Amino acid sequence: MTTTNTPRPPHQVLDGADISRVITRIAHEIVERAKGAEDVVLLGIHTRGVHLSRRLQAKLTQITGREIPLGTLDITMYRDDLRMKPARALEHTEIPAGGIDGKLVILVDDVLFSGRTVRAALDALGDIGRPRAVQLAVLVDRGHRELPIRADYVGKNLPTSLREAVQVRLADTDGQDAVLVGDRDYPQASRSARRESAAKAPAADPTRPE
Amino acid sequence: MKRHLVSAADLSRDDALLILDTAEELAQLSGRAVKKLPTLRGRTVVNLFFEDSTRTKTSFEVAEKRLSADVINFAAKGSSVSKGESLKDTALTLQAMGADAVVIRHHASGAPARLAQSDWLHGSVINAGDGTHEHPTQALLDAFTLRRHLNPGLGNDLSGRRVTIVGDVLHSRVARSNVLLLNTLGAEVTFVAPPTLLPIGIDNWPCDVSYDLDAALAKTDALMMLRVQRERMNAAFFPTEREYSRRYGMHGGRLAKLPEHAIVMHPGPMVRGMEITAEVADSPRCTAVEQVANGVSIRMAVLYLLLGGATLADAPGTNQSEAAK
Repeated sequence: MTTTNTPRPPHQVLDGADISRVITRIAHEIVERAKGAEDVVLLGIHTRGVHLSRRLQAKLTQITGREIPLGTLDITMYRDDLRMKPARALEHTEIPAGGIDGKLVILVDDVLFSGRTVRAALDALGDIGRPRAVQLAVLVDRGHRELPIRADYVGKNLPTSLREAVQVRLADTDGQDAVLVGDRDYPQASRSARRESAAKAPAADPTRPE
Repeated sequence: MKRHLVSAADLSRDDALLILDTAEELAQLSGRAVKKLPTLRGRTVVNLFFEDSTRTKTSFEVAEKRLSADVINFAAKGSSVSKGESLKDTALTLQAMGADAVVIRHHASGAPARLAQSDWLHGSVINAGDGTHEHPTQALLDAFTLRRHLNPGLGNDLSGRRVTIVGDVLHSRVARSNVLLLNTLGAEVTFVAPPTLLPIGIDNWPCDVSYDLDAALAKTDALMMLRVQRERMNAAFFPTEREYSRRYGMHGGRLAKLPEHAIVMHPGPMVRGMEITAEVADSPRCTAVEQVANGVSIRMAVLYLLLGGATLADAPGTNQSEAAK
């Protein structure tokens, strides 16, 4: 990709309008493939998957005229890298009142990378109930899978190198909507502005399978 | 957070709130069909109980099993301890068998601290009650119950809430751990007990002391009744049980004098007719059973936070492995 070895600064690949269009398209795809989305349950994976799932639900409500059940899933206790870092605080898991048994569960996350988060989410689902089927919707698929996992609905396929970091920023936590790609080793000083939000929600950390 | 949980004083306000918030999240698990998480798979936790216990031991065991840890129950009765084995040799044996954590209850105050400070064991030490010293997980589950009733919500503390602890403070490890933790969380603690059942040096504890239960009732958000620990009493601390029961026991008349929102707590085991009447014990304002349920969530949170993540920097063994590099 780059011919030089100097780290490149993050550049924007999707802006707010792009993200909004992508969510609208995914919502239509869900309605089309699930034949009206009768038994769909959306589950957002913390942190940014939760925000995305909320937007997706709003769009689906617009299209179908019905309220689609929405929940959140914290997969911390199911991670395979728990022992690499000190124990971390848990996020809230909330399963919609109707449960997930016999439903079509659509997991929503921001970036699909190694696939390990999705693996953990599938394990978590297994303990919560038995869905009819599980599908995956992501805003960005950046490749480099380490497990045999694929997404059913992809906002944007983004071929990246492992040296690069993909940052998804959403208005709910980061003040604006954008997807940025830059080199991971780009000097931190220029990133200081968003370090605070990154520290709070380490989803933008490319070393962590999110 | 430190690697061990020996005293409630080990916990900073942030540590305590992290445990309470984690427990709040883990409490959801009891409503599920599959009440199990894979988090501590492959970790070995030894329950080392030198003293009788039903509630605490069962509660820890349930918490360990829900987190998928391998549980080994070690009771002093029927083990080598009854043949005269020392605490050190027991600990070395457990270390040799690869225990990742030891939950210890001991009749001697300070036994868990001795284990934690020694290099006999490399795993975490969790105090499940030592003599008349401390019982930190009980204090945590009490704080959890208090928060749910008096100031519900993640991240909330107990600032300004008034907790009155009544009864045998002298022999109570629950009272000691509670006063430390409740103080950390901002609550105001008042002890009510006959002078003979208050420990020496209580003036230095962060709490008020009173001998008059009726006077304290009106300004109480939560009343914590303690059991009179006859098994630890080797002298006459009060004239008769009836007199104790009249002056310091909780009955329906006193319940009516409590503010509307106030709750009555008891760490168990309750002696009905002594420190609490059946009328109060069975009233919906008594949280004794709820405290037991909360105990499982709190102990899961403690086990997860101590064992679930990476081995912390102050653990023995990490230095050795670094030196090996």
